[in-house]
Amino acid sequence: MKLIYFAWVRERIGKPDEEVDVPASVRTVGDLVAWLQGRGEEYAYAFENAAVIRAAIDRNHVKPDTAIAGAREIAFFPPMTGG
Amino acid sequence: MIVRLQREDFDIGAEIARLSQGRTDVGAVASFTGICRGGDIAAMTLEHYPGMAEAEIERHVAEAETRWPLLGVTVIHRYGRLVPGDNIVLVATASQHREAAFAAAEFLMDYLKTRAPFWKKEERAGGDGWVEARQSDAAAAERWSGRRPEAAE
Repeated sequence: MKLIYFAWVRERIGKPDEEVDVPASVRTVGDLVAWLQGRGEEYAYAFENAAVIRAAIDRNHVKPDTAIAGAREIAFFPPMTGG
Repeated sequence: MIVRLQREDFDIGAEIARLSQGRTDVGAVASFTGICRGGDIAAMTLEHYPGMAEAEIERHVAEAETRWPLLGVTVIHRYGRLVPGDNIVLVATASQHREAAFAAAEFLMDYLKTRAPFWKKEERAGGDGWVEARQSDAAAAERWSGRRPEAAE
């Protein structure tokens, strides 16, 4: 699946997006965050305060307990500051 | 419904006029313009999530249309680098009467602030920094939860 990052999540990870093969044990958005945290320092830094990170699956806001099965595109970003 | 995301500036007067042009059923147009504020920032850059930002705004406009009897809605949000004095966002709503137009515009702005995927990075003398989300914005959006026009005071 494709992962996309925005704002300081993107800056900390150092790339705007990537394709990843996620192990079958990663079932929810929260699992995915935990898995990403173990992928290296930059990910650990981006997700160090996982509670503030927001996620969207296929361009819809989702909660950490949302299942990721069937997702094409999952985005991670800080709380929004538009308007 | 007009929802546009763009780098370019917009013409506030033309956008407001468009909502009542060629029709006689509109009795009220309310608008809000968000402007890049000066003070200690030199500029800001607005990042957005293309595709989701439009979709999210359209979802909220559709929600506003179920809550109030609206005759037209225009939302324009800019992205890219903006300097103090630049327009950032326009929300304009048309209805027969002012109550719906005012309330829908406020509802849309409250949701834009907290749910539309945009992020502001400010350029300051001490360095650049991402704007932090404000609890007061979250509270402003929260007050619309479950609230319907008929239940409003």
